[in-house]
Amino acid sequence: MIALHWYLALSAVLFIIGVVGVLTRKNAIVIFMCAELMLNSVNITLVAFSAHLGDVHGQILVFFSLCVAAAEAAVGLAIIIAIFRNNLSVDITRINLLRW
Amino acid sequence: MESTAELLFILPAIIVAIGGVLVMMIDAFSDDADKSYWTATAVLGLALIFSIRDMFIPGGTAFHDMMVYGGIAAYGGSVVLFGTFLCVLLSRDYLKAIGYHFGEMYSMILFATTGMVILVGANTLITLFLGIETMSVALYVLAGFIKKDKAGIEAALKYFLLGAFATGFLLYGIALLYGASGSIILTDIAATENQGVLFWMGVAMLFVGFFFKISAVPFHMWTPDVYQGAPTNITAYMATAAKAATIVAFILVLGRALYAVQSEWTTVLSTIAVITMILGNLIALVQDNIKRMLAYSSIAHVGYILVGLAAGTATAYSAVMYYIFAYTLMNVGAFGVVAYFEKQKGCDFTSVENYAGLGYKFPLLGVLMSIFMFSLIGVPPFAGFIGKYLVFSAAIAEGLTATVIVAALASVVAVYYYLRVVIYMYMHEAKESYNFVPPTLAFTVTLTIIAALILYFGIIPAGLIEVITNGVSSSTMLEANGISY
Repeated sequence: MIALHWYLALSAVLFIIGVVGVLTRKNAIVIFMCAELMLNSVNITLVAFSAHLGDVHGQILVFFSLCVAAAEAAVGLAIIIAIFRNNLSVDITRINLLRW
Repeated sequence: MESTAELLFILPAIIVAIGGVLVMMIDAFSDDADKSYWTATAVLGLALIFSIRDMFIPGGTAFHDMMVYGGIAAYGGSVVLFGTFLCVLLSRDYLKAIGYHFGEMYSMILFATTGMVILVGANTLITLFLGIETMSVALYVLAGFIKKDKAGIEAALKYFLLGAFATGFLLYGIALLYGASGSIILTDIAATENQGVLFWMGVAMLFVGFFFKISAVPFHMWTPDVYQGAPTNITAYMATAAKAATIVAFILVLGRALYAVQSEWTTVLSTIAVITMILGNLIALVQDNIKRMLAYSSIAHVGYILVGLAAGTATAYSAVMYYIFAYTLMNVGAFGVVAYFEKQKGCDFTSVENYAGLGYKFPLLGVLMSIFMFSLIGVPPFAGFIGKYLVFSAAIAEGLTATVIVAALASVVAVYYYLRVVIYMYMHEAKESYNFVPPTLAFTVTLTIIAALILYFGIIPAGLIEVITNGVSSSTMLEANGISY
């Protein structure tokens, strides 16, 4: 039996890797992958808490969050394809039409 | 079955969801986008009627505490549906003029609205998450609706990447709150004893997620870009309905789950409110693009709303509920006028300087735009004034005097950039003559009705305030737990 805090620590580390990736990477697809990593790391937390508390709601929420991640992937990749067609690049430093 | 009867409580959401599928089907089998337009209008009108009816039934929870109904859930749903209804009415002219009048836009709007109506009735963290995400994913699509428009697609990409980032924080916050309290139901979370680091981390992450979605500084970076790049009718929709729904959900979380620890988060919210108001108003001063100016103005308005949320009493929540209604009316109106001028072919009509002399050329639209601008400033007798007055007085009653002083000063700064539009419309000569297509009757009538409502609720707000106050006391847990207000 592995203690709860190991799961939480793993999840937190993955989440932080995701956050750092979103903040530092330049490629829109890699940024999106990092955002997905954030969502999936949270799923580990949810399942761990759910098993720890003996309460099924956390696992139900994981299913919903998987659905949301899938829907986001569908929409997000479509947007990235559209931007590639317009700019011939998915480098966010070169997508700078709108700025203050 | 008990659950079957409970379906009646979420009838507006069901109607809008079925309507969304229906519009999509109509669009698949017909080339005439007008059919989708009229269907969407009818669906929203029907849902709005049921939602307004729900405002007068006693509040409660349904589906094993998954949803709240009545009270502010019904009121928030009505504001969202009304805002959407007006946006859809104003959409057709704009979309036709830019040559993008397609039926799927209406079905996406209806899907986003389904998410919002679910969101304003969220009583568990699952419903909250699903509502926010249903809304957001549909909005990403809508922002990038015009695929050929580089700015629009760029706006969609920025909105999507930052939105997905914010979703990560929101979900992590939900997970930690669930772990710390052992429940996903908002009212059970309130009962958590000796909150530890997990609980507070969860609250912080949840707040970050909410601040992103309502575009409070320092999480506002996406707002000006997205509002400028998206099609103007969608900007109006995002600035009003989406924001109103998220704020109502925020009130539900604060008023049902976190009321017992209010002293801990009041300072956080009032600090965020102060920097949001100051930054939003100051950057709006230097904006030349009117859509971008209205985006920063909407950030500033979120600041005023956060002042009310920071106060955290039933009176303050009622004031915020009134404010989001007034805010919805003013912004739909302002963006509607912007959409009319912008869509004229052969000219780029987004700079404030382009508005020179338009007040005389279009007397009615000029007067309407002035009404929206004065209401956004917060001048009596318009609804914007009553909203600000209610929020600020509720905050002063809670001892947030310093915050309210900043808010009042920030509103004074705001006078400059709102009045600038009016001054350009009436006190500058038109530089060149443009050929405008005259606005259609439906368009003018919708805008006139919005302006009339702004005046009506600015002069006679008492009836609405009473309905809201009853709703707030039945939907938040303040009264039931004897929290003073």
